[in-house]
Amino acid sequence: MLHPYAQLGIFLLIATVIGVAPIALAWLVSPKKQNPRKSQIYESGNPPFGEAWIEFKPQYYLYGLAFLAFDVEAAFLFPWALAYNKLPLFAVVEAALFIALLGVGLIYVWRKGWLTWM
Amino acid sequence: MDVMSDLWLPIVRSLGIALFPVVAVVFLIWVARKVIARMQDRLGPTNAGTPAGPDAIFQTVADAIKILTKELVIPEGADRTVFIAAPMLVTAVAVAVWAVIPLGPGEFQVVDLEIGAFYVVAMSSLAPFAMIMAGWSSRNKYAEVGAFRAVSQIIGYEIPQTLALLVPVLLTGSLSLQKIIEAQRVPYIVLAPFAALVYFLATMAEVNRLPFELAEADSEIVAGYFTEYSGMMFGSFYLAEFINNLTASVLFSILFLGGWRGPGVDAVPLLGPVWLLVKAFLVFNFLNVFWAAMPRLRIDQVLAFNWKFLVPLALLVLLTTALVDKLIVYLGYTTDGMRAVGLILANLVLGVGLVGYLYALGRRRKRAGVSVPEEFLPLLSSGSHGALRMRSADVVPLSRHNGTSGMRYSRDERGKSSTVELQANHISKGE
Repeated sequence: MLHPYAQLGIFLLIATVIGVAPIALAWLVSPKKQNPRKSQIYESGNPPFGEAWIEFKPQYYLYGLAFLAFDVEAAFLFPWALAYNKLPLFAVVEAALFIALLGVGLIYVWRKGWLTWM
Repeated sequence: MDVMSDLWLPIVRSLGIALFPVVAVVFLIWVARKVIARMQDRLGPTNAGTPAGPDAIFQTVADAIKILTKELVIPEGADRTVFIAAPMLVTAVAVAVWAVIPLGPGEFQVVDLEIGAFYVVAMSSLAPFAMIMAGWSSRNKYAEVGAFRAVSQIIGYEIPQTLALLVPVLLTGSLSLQKIIEAQRVPYIVLAPFAALVYFLATMAEVNRLPFELAEADSEIVAGYFTEYSGMMFGSFYLAEFINNLTASVLFSILFLGGWRGPGVDAVPLLGPVWLLVKAFLVFNFLNVFWAAMPRLRIDQVLAFNWKFLVPLALLVLLTTALVDKLIVYLGYTTDGMRAVGLILANLVLGVGLVGYLYALGRRRKRAGVSVPEEFLPLLSSGSHGALRMRSADVVPLSRHNGTSGMRYSRDERGKSSTVELQANHISKGE
């Protein structure tokens, strides 16, 4: 019997092949006739103007930070949920406080206006 | 000899389960097109004398072959490596989730990881990477708006999805998907209907289904983050999108509908996959019905719905489930029946509270004179125009993906939705 993670490795290898194969196949059989108008960036038929690689709005970073805080807290809750059946009531109340703290964080972010999109 | 068979069996099984979603999707694309067409009083794909089979069931195969022969155009100035890697990553990730999905009891699974549910969360959070890779490397403004939207939406909805996922984990006491199924003598949708609701809504947003389909809003931003893709590279995105829809349906069935459990499975294990796929098929068509029936929301509405409604609700559901279940055991009612009754009662109280809250909120809005026609979104903040919302109500650019005529539908319905949005803006500004 193979180790579970070895089997997972084999599966991930197959998944990668499934990802690469259709495009490789298409690259082999498809025509390759480049011309400058074909490879122009699409802007509803107009010649493209300006630069697409712009700077992000700072709002986007704030959003990213809020997401990060919540995602990390959710990740912390995984081991707790796993051990839930073996935990005493006190531990669950503690975790409830932890979740409530997350709620307070949400209220803070909300009041700060990070959750208002222009 | 034994070493050989030890190695070959996992490989063959992996190959079978990895190819299953790809093959199933060929059929499911046809199902989705037919269901949506019927709901919109159209016929959908017909064979029209071609050898596409009865009711054009092999239409997708023909589309796939055609799209394979189309040129792979890489736009000028694009970041070529990232541009080519993005569609490969998106498909590989979509397939990779299937490693831990139990199609049936025992052997119908590649590997029953102890951290199965966590693996699913980890893999599905790789999808935004592919999206931002595609959108950013294209050097196209539409693609970039699409990528910004996609990422902000998908990372946001990941939070309620993960929190709702914790409820089945908590009730089972294991992250293994197989154990979660085995623990469901009563499907968790009965014991935790609100976790199921939150999970379903978040899933809909994660897989970009229609009220939340903003990343590739084709009447606004051409095709979102994959605007510049053509040929099979576009096909990969399309394939991955449908694989993700199937995965989401299957996962919902596993977590809340009892997975492969059903009458007769104990006697005939082969019935397991059948039951799972029947359940997943129903969930999939539920998503299709939403696709046909819903107008598209605005990005600020979608994000507000997540952060101001779904995330607090998910926190509340997790909190209630954990506390109530523990409290019941603490009070001495240790039988499963009593725990079930307690959980159902807690959910009932939660439901009454939620409806009351929404009703009160609606009344307050009405009294304040801010009439909000979007009945789906009582918690909408009346935002104005902004950077993330690039809407062109008058100009509807034509899609340039030649190989996929007829693959994107409901354009006239989209037209309707944008007029509704414009009216809503007028009302909220008091004009």
